[in-house]
Amino acid sequence: MNAIRIKGLTVRAGRKTILDDLGFEVRQNDFLVIIGPNGAGKTTLLRTICGLSEKVFGEVMVLGKPLEGYSRRKLAATVALVAQQVNLDFAFTVEETVLMGRSPHLALLEQETKHDYEIAGQAMTFTQVDHLADRRLSQLSGGERQRVMIARAICQQPRIMLLDEPTAALDPAHQLHIMQLMQRLQEEEGVTVLMVSHDLNLAAMFGSRILLIKDGRGILSGTPEEIITPDNLRQAYGCAMHVDTHPLAGTPRVSLVPGQ
Amino acid sequence: MKYRNPLLKRLLLIVTILGGTLCCVVLASLLIGSSDLTPGDVFAVLTGGKISDAATEAIIWRIRLPRALLAAAVGGTLSLGGLVFQARLRNPLAEPYILGVSGGAAVGAILGMFSGMAMFPGVTLCAFAGSMLIMGGVLLLARHQSTGRSDSLLLAGVMLNAFCSACIMFLISLSKSSQVHHILFWLMGDLSMAEPDHLWLLLPLPVCFFLIFAQARPMNLLLTGEESAAALGLHIRGVTWILLGTTSFMVSLVVSQAGLVGFVGLVVPHFFRLLYGPDHRILVPACILGGGAYLVLCDLLARALPATGEMPVGVITAMIGAPLFIVMLWRDRK
Repeated sequence: MNAIRIKGLTVRAGRKTILDDLGFEVRQNDFLVIIGPNGAGKTTLLRTICGLSEKVFGEVMVLGKPLEGYSRRKLAATVALVAQQVNLDFAFTVEETVLMGRSPHLALLEQETKHDYEIAGQAMTFTQVDHLADRRLSQLSGGERQRVMIARAICQQPRIMLLDEPTAALDPAHQLHIMQLMQRLQEEEGVTVLMVSHDLNLAAMFGSRILLIKDGRGILSGTPEEIITPDNLRQAYGCAMHVDTHPLAGTPRVSLVPGQ
Repeated sequence: MKYRNPLLKRLLLIVTILGGTLCCVVLASLLIGSSDLTPGDVFAVLTGGKISDAATEAIIWRIRLPRALLAAAVGGTLSLGGLVFQARLRNPLAEPYILGVSGGAAVGAILGMFSGMAMFPGVTLCAFAGSMLIMGGVLLLARHQSTGRSDSLLLAGVMLNAFCSACIMFLISLSKSSQVHHILFWLMGDLSMAEPDHLWLLLPLPVCFFLIFAQARPMNLLLTGEESAAALGLHIRGVTWILLGTTSFMVSLVVSQAGLVGFVGLVVPHFFRLLYGPDHRILVPACILGGGAYLVLCDLLARALPATGEMPVGVITAMIGAPLFIVMLWRDRK
């Protein structure tokens, strides 16, 4: 059984077609990094998988079950999303925010039990924000906030984790930290990870599979070595890139070519 | 891992404190008024003991208690309404009248007064019909919008309210001077309309309160954004309909009986948010009890302060509320 199987997927926003007749599969316990130019529909793809897109045609199967077969709550207990833009302008503490991740597991009027607090505690320890538990979100740095939002997603105990450019606003050390967290989550907890990223080098280094979306239509999927080639990148991004091998990781390394 | 469920303990503590406060101000409002009663009189009447005279009994059962209960219900409902709208529309300036309840109710009530109807049931019904009509219009207008835009709801409400304001001014300009005083009092909120025989009209309120309390955790999620709330398993459209529908109904209900008591719904939710933090599982009961106590107190002052007659309660709510709120904001910043 695949974690995700998509066939003939078309998503529209108003009259505009964002994704057109896409099809691909994600195996369980893959670390899939989705790359592609701005506006290619990467975010829309993630939103669709967690049921947030409105005009969806075609087949989306999550863990062998069609998306329509899930209730909102059941889906949130299966698929977690760490979105790119989150409104952080509220006064909840870190612990309260992470505990919100338990809500798909709680019925109406049901309150968090000891069990839920423990899961939240573990999630905070995992992303190393447990020492910030009583701080307000507005008092945190960008890297800390991102780790809080990831802890909240882990708290949902999902089988599949979707992340939309989680490293975009972070310095290199924090980028590496987030990627390693996701790798641990995939290896130790068996979670399937789907991550949208613009950082081709991180994608090649950490992704077990790469999905390249060119323009909402053409997609390529395969191992980093298969996908991250000069030809594919030029087709997708429209600019020449130099690809060689990372001297330490042994994965493809992408460099921009100056003077074009 | 240490376990603490701070919520339940805090909730009990806050409900006890605010519930106690509410009881105290209600008792105080039974004592104070144009004819002075002693605590002994009030106690005797309430416990059904030896009653000094029928007049005292009538003052308490037929005048002061209904009025205090109406004030508590109106205050609690308006505060809760403000809390819900501020959370759902994600706008700190939202208040219970924002979706046009006030305008619709006022036009309805004034039309009722114009056609010479009695306060009850005529004017009350007209006000209720007017506000529900406008609310229905606003919700219908916003129904076809995508869930991502709370602004369109807000704008529709503000526009319809502005239109109603123009209608109100137009009607006032046509009215006889004897009616103007009556209309103005209604527009500023008038709890003297409380009638013991009509209090059953407030019976749906506890059901509304419960419906909203059941959505307290979803309201917390909504504060983090609609998209984020949906990703956490919230059915945004369903929650929105429950919250807006219930709130509109209960606010219309109290407005039709007490007029447009202002400011309570705006300031009380902010006050408790500054005091108790953002968790709606605390804020919902706090607003119901605390908002109720606040309006009973304001009404008490509105009756007790002037040497003769009484002030509109809306004057007092703003006169106390605004400075108090500014002090709270200032302390919060420090």
